[in-house]
Parts: sequence; structure tokens; C-alpha cells
Amino acid sequence: MTSNSLVYLIALPLFGATVLLLAGRRSDKWGHIFGTLMSASSFAVGVYLFIQMLGNSDGQRAMTQKLFNWISVGSFQVDAGLLVDQLSICFVLLITGVGTLIHIYSIAYMSHDLDRRRFFAYLNFFIAAMLLLVLGDSYLNLYVGWEGVGLASYLLIGFWNQKPTYATAAKKAFVANRVGDMGLSLAIMIAFATLGTVSFDGVKEHASHASTGALTAIGIMLLVAATGKSAQFPLQAWLGDAMAGPTPVSALIHAATMVTAGVYLITRSNFIFDLAPNAQLAVAVIGVITLLFGAIIGMAKDDIKKALAASTMSQIGYMVLGAGLGPAGYAFAIMHLLTHGFFKAGMFLGAGSVMHGMNDEVNMRRYGGLRKFMPITFATFGLGYLAIIGVPPFAGFYSKDKIIEVAFNAGGIKGITLGSAALLGAMITAFYMTRVVILTFAGSKRWDDKAHPHESPFLMWAPMVLLAFGSVASGFFFSRGDSLKNWLEPVVGGHMAHEAELLSPAVVSILALVLVVIGVGFAIIKYLLNEVPQVAPTDVTVFTKIARRDLLQDDFNEAVFMRPGQAITRGLQTADTTLIDGAVRGVGRFAVGAGNILRTTQTGFVRSYALWILVGAIGLVATIWVVTL
Amino acid sequence: MMHQVIEIGRTQTPEAVLYWILGPLAVLAALGMVVVKKAVHSAILLAWVMISLAIFYIAQDAVFLGIVQVVVYTGAVMMLFLFILMLVGVESSESLTETIRGLRPIAIVAALGFGGLLISLIGHATLGRSFVGLTDANAGGNVQALAGLLFSKYVWAFEVVSALLITAALGAMVLAHNHRIIARPTQRDLATARFRGTSLAKAAGLPGPGVYALHNAVDVPALLPDGTPAQASISATLKARGDVIDSRPFQLSTIESEEE
Amino acid sequence: MNPANYLYISALLFTIGAIGVVVRRNAIVIFMCVELMLNACNLAFVTFARINGNLDGQVVAFFTMVVAACEVVVGLAIIVTIYRSRRSASVDDASLLKR
Repeated sequence: MTSNSLVYLIALPLFGATVLLLAGRRSDKWGHIFGTLMSASSFAVGVYLFIQMLGNSDGQRAMTQKLFNWISVGSFQVDAGLLVDQLSICFVLLITGVGTLIHIYSIAYMSHDLDRRRFFAYLNFFIAAMLLLVLGDSYLNLYVGWEGVGLASYLLIGFWNQKPTYATAAKKAFVANRVGDMGLSLAIMIAFATLGTVSFDGVKEHASHASTGALTAIGIMLLVAATGKSAQFPLQAWLGDAMAGPTPVSALIHAATMVTAGVYLITRSNFIFDLAPNAQLAVAVIGVITLLFGAIIGMAKDDIKKALAASTMSQIGYMVLGAGLGPAGYAFAIMHLLTHGFFKAGMFLGAGSVMHGMNDEVNMRRYGGLRKFMPITFATFGLGYLAIIGVPPFAGFYSKDKIIEVAFNAGGIKGITLGSAALLGAMITAFYMTRVVILTFAGSKRWDDKAHPHESPFLMWAPMVLLAFGSVASGFFFSRGDSLKNWLEPVVGGHMAHEAELLSPAVVSILALVLVVIGVGFAIIKYLLNEVPQVAPTDVTVFTKIARRDLLQDDFNEAVFMRPGQAITRGLQTADTTLIDGAVRGVGRFAVGAGNILRTTQTGFVRSYALWILVGAIGLVATIWVVTL
Repeated sequence: MMHQVIEIGRTQTPEAVLYWILGPLAVLAALGMVVVKKAVHSAILLAWVMISLAIFYIAQDAVFLGIVQVVVYTGAVMMLFLFILMLVGVESSESLTETIRGLRPIAIVAALGFGGLLISLIGHATLGRSFVGLTDANAGGNVQALAGLLFSKYVWAFEVVSALLITAALGAMVLAHNHRIIARPTQRDLATARFRGTSLAKAAGLPGPGVYALHNAVDVPALLPDGTPAQASISATLKARGDVIDSRPFQLSTIESEEE
Repeated sequence: MNPANYLYISALLFTIGAIGVVVRRNAIVIFMCVELMLNACNLAFVTFARINGNLDGQVVAFFTMVVAACEVVVGLAIIVTIYRSRRSASVDDASLLKR
């Protein structure tokens, strides 16, 4: 089924970005309104498409639109085409919906920034690129969007690039993403080389004929791409620094949408991973490592945004784990992605609201007792908190517990290991999120008198309230009668035959809840019942120190990649200046020197030249003489 | 007469006599040509060498070449040389001091080495066949035999050389043609220039040479009113050739001072 | 008498001509020396023709004469041209290519 309205999804925000960037300062007055309108109208188109899809039967819901013939080289044919199906539409609604809310929030949040118009231009550009990513009907189209969001992320992290550290953070994110992008481009090349096509339909059709080795290679490369974009181990280091961007950016790009692109990619490529069990296992393992990694870092961070970033990393780890569990897990990965989009965006906006009221202070040790001053923020943040730790009936309970349950049911040692790790992660999540809430909103005040905490304006808290509704209700809504699972089934594959379950859902839920309570309890004992120092204590165990240093991820990268790279570069530079330049200059010097010597023979006198001829004749005669002797 | 010479040349002993008289003379003349200072003398010595060679040619049964040598070289080419010498070279007799340091000894050593090598090469070279002589080849006449070769075997080279000759003649004409950049000065221009020049001394024209009673010729400068010889009265060509005679011996007496 | 004796004369004349080309500075004299060298070659050709008993050597000598005539014509024209512009027939004065 084709539709002509798909292109408007992308065209509207792209138009917004173009207008805002080209109009420049002339649009300062109305730029933010215009950008928000573009995003909102894109959302409206998305809703229209969604309703249209609801009206169709299961198999008829996917809609395509061919834009133009993009690449036509021999057997390599790529159309610029758009595809919206049950999977894409979830993302479209999340991106445009949450995106629009964050646009609205930003109007107030960025009101004092001179460059607000540019900020909205970038946000619109991000929306367009992200939509292209999820709407592209081939890996190559996806790749364009993939690079587009990378660029938008770079521009927005470094939005306040007058601070060198922020600019460096942007660069770091960009470089880490490039590593992942290389994986994606390699995956596309392998897919074309082995399958002869790069469109989703074509790859899906031909995947069963390809060798497992090739599919595993594609899968691993796609996983590399996903780890880059979604801040998964081992390319996770950029996400914490990415918090340098304005908070709405952290909420939209680095919590709700862009960082979930990796999950989208893996879910979209389910037809590859289902045929390459090793790649799928790698996905699950990466997911588990990251969810523990992020959770541990989250426990040690005092910066509220970095704690949330670590939490994001950990939650995406859950999603990747879910996506790595095969057809049973895709739906829950997507469900967790959507619910996470709500509650994490809400919490980030809450964090932005807190910072807004606290003179941009980010250190949680200098908050405390803010619930009296920011009741709405506290309420929305609290609902998000309950959602993320998985308290029923909030959203996280439905999505995260399902992933843990599927992990346990994966079978054998693998299932027990993955499931236990995910359960452990849930406990740690409960601990560090409780820590964040207590340090920020509970306890006694620890800020100095310069701060005047106050509730944020309407334009800021309204989106937070809306997102809080999502945090509360979305899980229930998605899982009622397996609605999301059934909805996604035509794309990601059906239910597996119901195997014998290792643990029943009820047991998993109870286990998880018990662990969550333990985690919350620990946090209450440590941070609510005891005094919290304003400055982070330094006499801590080595584990805490390592956790504060992001589990040495930067040290590792520096030691393994940066320093040797610099050494190689220096060596090459030395080689270049001494050997290559030396050789080149040597040739020049030789020519000059030889010329200087030979120049003395060029007297300009005809007679000396004649003498040379005579000498040559002597040589000739002497040779004949010797030969005929 | 010519026939007789050829007949004599064919016999062994007279040819040896001819060789041993003319050969050293030719070499000496060649050496003289290199050594003498004046180009005119060089030209005359070269003409002698060429005539000697012409005789050698005739002695070696190359009658046609011998005649051509006399007509073309000793006649035409040497005339051309002398003509050009008259045109440019008379006053350009060079000093024999070397300007390029060290060139002359190197050149002489190199040339001697070259000559020595060449002669020693000729000395120990073997022909690989016995002496034949041109009696058979010249049976129908030397000129006829040469013509037969020129218009059969060498006809292509002959045509090419004729084209070369014409091209050279054209080239010489082009080179010798003088492109006048400014209009030729008229007598009126020259007169104006004389009067407007740096001094009026030459306004009345240059003095004529040879105004002495004892020697009234063009190679003696005229005498100026103050008793000094007027160098400007001598032709520049004569001066360049060094053919100017000192005027002092021809002066009648020294001019007395007016105090007497 | 051995006709090869003419070859020695030829070699001597050639060497003398070579010395003259290098040592003399008057362009006209240098030209004469070149002519001398060509004539020395001609003598050798004529001698070889006699030794070998065919006229090819004489034909070559004939061509040499023609080419030499061409060379003299053009060369002297060049000398005249140089003399006209530089008022000198010395080859050392025409050494501007050095700079």
C-alpha cells in the first residue's frame, strides 16, 4: 500500500530547520514558535497515518512511498523510499510526540538564550533526520538518517561550544559515533556483497539463502553500529559527556529517541539476527554488560544529569538485551523503549526544571528538600522514578519485568545468567534512582543562599505532566491484552511456541519487587537516614573511585586507543619530516648541488664546448683503439 | 698537361716524391693557418692547403674531385671567406692572449693526444684486403663513373643535398637581409647632427690625410694647427689593420714657440 | 709508396684543425679550421676509395663538399649578422647564454 503523505513527516521539520537556519537572526522573534509548529504538524501527520493504519487489517498496514531513484549503478539500485509499518509508527509517534513536548518545554527553558532560534533549527533538523532513520525503506536510507542524527547530536551537545569542554564532549560523541557508523557501513557493504540488495524487503527475502557466516558478520557489524549510537559497551563513553548539551537535548536525543536508534536497528534487522544465533547472543551479552555497567556508574554520580545518563545507558542495555532474545523479546524491547521514552524524558525535563530553579547547579549533593519548592516537578519526577524502578502498575513494571522474564526463559545457563544479571540490574536501578530522588527532593536543604528554588513556568511543567501521564499509563496500555506485541507481530515475527517457562511471570515480578525494595531500602538507609555531605567524600573504597571514573572507560580508551594513536601519529610525523621530507629535499639538494657543479662547465664560451667535443672524440677514438688492439 | 700529371701520379716513385714534398708543406701551411695572427693570412694559407689536397686527389685518381676542390673550395668558398673578411674581419684581428684561463694548454694536450691516438690507430689498423686501386673503377672515365653512381645509387642523397643547398642559399639571404628599424638618415639629417653635436670641431668635416711634403699618402695622419697629428684623418680600416705610419719622421722641423 | 700514408696527413690536418677551432677566437678563422677538418676527412675518403677500388668514397667526399659549402654560406651569414649587431667577430663576446 502506498501513501503520499509519508514525505510530509520528514519534510515539515526539515523545512522548519531550513527556514530557521537560512532566515538567521530575522527569525529570532518567531523561530521557536515556528519550529514547534513544524514539529507539532509532523506529529499530526503521524497521528493521521496511525489512524489510517488502525483502519487497515494486519497485513495491509505497512505503507510505502517512493520518492525518487537515488542510486542506479549497474546492479546496485537504490530508491529513496519511505516505509511506515507497525514498528516505524511507534517511533514516529514517540519522536514527534515527545519531540513536540520538548520543543514546547524548550521555549521556556531556552528563553534567556540568545541563540534559541538556532537551537530550534537544530531540534527540527534532528526530528527530520530521526524520522528519516526510522522511515527509510532500505539500510542506505536509514544510513542517511543515521548520519543526520549523529550530526544533530554533535551540533546540540556542542550547542554551548563557547565552553571548550562542551565542544570536546561534542567531538567525543561524534568520534564514538563514527566508530559505530563504520560498523553500519560495513554491514551495508556485506549485505550488498552477499545478498545483492540493501532494502529491508530484499534483505528479508534473501536472508534465508545466505550463509550463516555472512549473516553473523552482518549482525555483528549492525551490533557495532548499535553500540555506537546507543551508547552500549564498549562505545558507551560518550553519553555521560553528552550531558553538556542543553537539558531538553539530553531528554529528547540522549534519552528518548536517538540513543534508541540502535534498538530500532536491531529490531528492524530481526530477519538477520533470527538466522544468526551467535550475533543474537552477542547482542544479549552486550545488553547485559551495559545494563550493569550503566547501573554501577549511576550509583556513583553526583551530577544529576550524568546519573540519569548512566541510567539511560543501563535502560537501553535492557532494551538491547530484549532485542537480543529473539522474537520473544523484540516486542518488549520496543515496549521498554517507548515507556522509557516517556519516563526518562520526563525525568530529564524534571532535572532541567530543578537546574532551572537552582542556577544551573547540577551537583545533587547541593540540592536537598526541593519537594516543597517544586511540587509539580517533584510529582512528575517521582512518577517517572516509580516507573523506572518497576513498581506496579507504572510503565516500567510492565516492560522491564517482561524483559527479565524473557531472559530467564531463554533457556539453560544462558537464560539463568542473563536473567540474574537483569534482576541484579533492577536492584541497582532501584538503589541509584532512589538516591537521585532522595538527594534532590528529600532530606534537608544543602544549597547556599544564592539559590532561590522555584517552580518552573507553565510551558515547562506542562510537558512534564503529559510525560508523567505516559510514565504512569503507557505500560498498562501497551501490555493490556498484549496489544503492542500483537501490533508488532507482522514486523518482528510471531510468538514462539510456548516453551516450559523457567519462572512464571508472577514469580519474576515478586522476585524483582523484592530486590527493588532491598535496593530502595539501602538507598533510604544511606541517604535519608544519614547525613549527606555537601562535598563527595574522598575516603571511599577503590570500587567507588573506579565507579566515579565511569568504570575507567575513558582511561581505557586513552590508554588503548588515544595514547598509541598519538604515539603512532608522532612517529609518522617524525618519519614524514625526516624520511619523506628528507628524501624530497635531498632530491632537490642533490639536483641543486649537481647543478652547481655542472654549472662550472657551462662557461658560455663556444670554444670550451668545442673542447668538450674534442674530449668526447678522444674518448671515441681511444675506445676504438682499445677494441681493435 | 693535366693528363701528364695524372700519368705521373700513377707511377709509384713520382707519387712518393709528390707526397713527401706536398705533404709536409700542407701540414706546415695548416699549422701556420692556426698560428698566424691575421685572418687574411690564415685564409691564404688555407687556400694553399686546399690546393695541395686537390693535387693529392688527382694523384689518387680522383680527377673530378680534384677539379671540384679547386673550383668550389679554393675558388668559391675561399672567395667567400675573403669577402666576409673584407666586410667584417679586417679590423677584428685578435690578440693571441687567451681569455679562458687554462684552455689553451688543455686544448693542445687534448688535440695532441687525439692526433697521437688517431695516428697510432691508423698505424696498427689492418684493412683486411689487399690494395685494389681505381684502374678498373675508372675504366670508363672518372667523371662518367661518378655520375653513374650519383644518379643511380646515390640519387636520393643527391636530391636531398640539392634541397639543402637551396635552403642554405635562402637562409643566407634571410640572415644577411638588414631590417632597418629607423629611416636611413639623409644628408640634411647628417648635417644637422654635425652642427648640433657635442662640439663644433667636426662641423666642417674631417681633415684629409697625407698633407706632408715627404709622404703624401692615406696612411699618414694630417697635421693639426697646433702641430699634433690628426688621428681622425686616417681611415678606420687602415688603423685596424695597423697600416698607419707614424708621421713624426716626415715633419720638416719642430714648430718654434712665439717667444723667439 | 703505401697509399695509407695519405691517412697520416689526413689525421694531422684534422688534429691541427681541431686545435684551431678550440684555440682561435675569430669566428672566421674558426670556420676556416672547420673547413680544414672537413677537407682532412675528404682526403681520407678519397684514399679509402682508392684502397678499396670503388668510387663510393669519392661520392661521399663530393657530398661532404656540397654540405660544407652550405655550411659556409649559412655560417658566414650568421657571422655577418652577429657582427652587425655586436661589432665583433670574436666568439668569446657571444657568451651571453651563460647568464
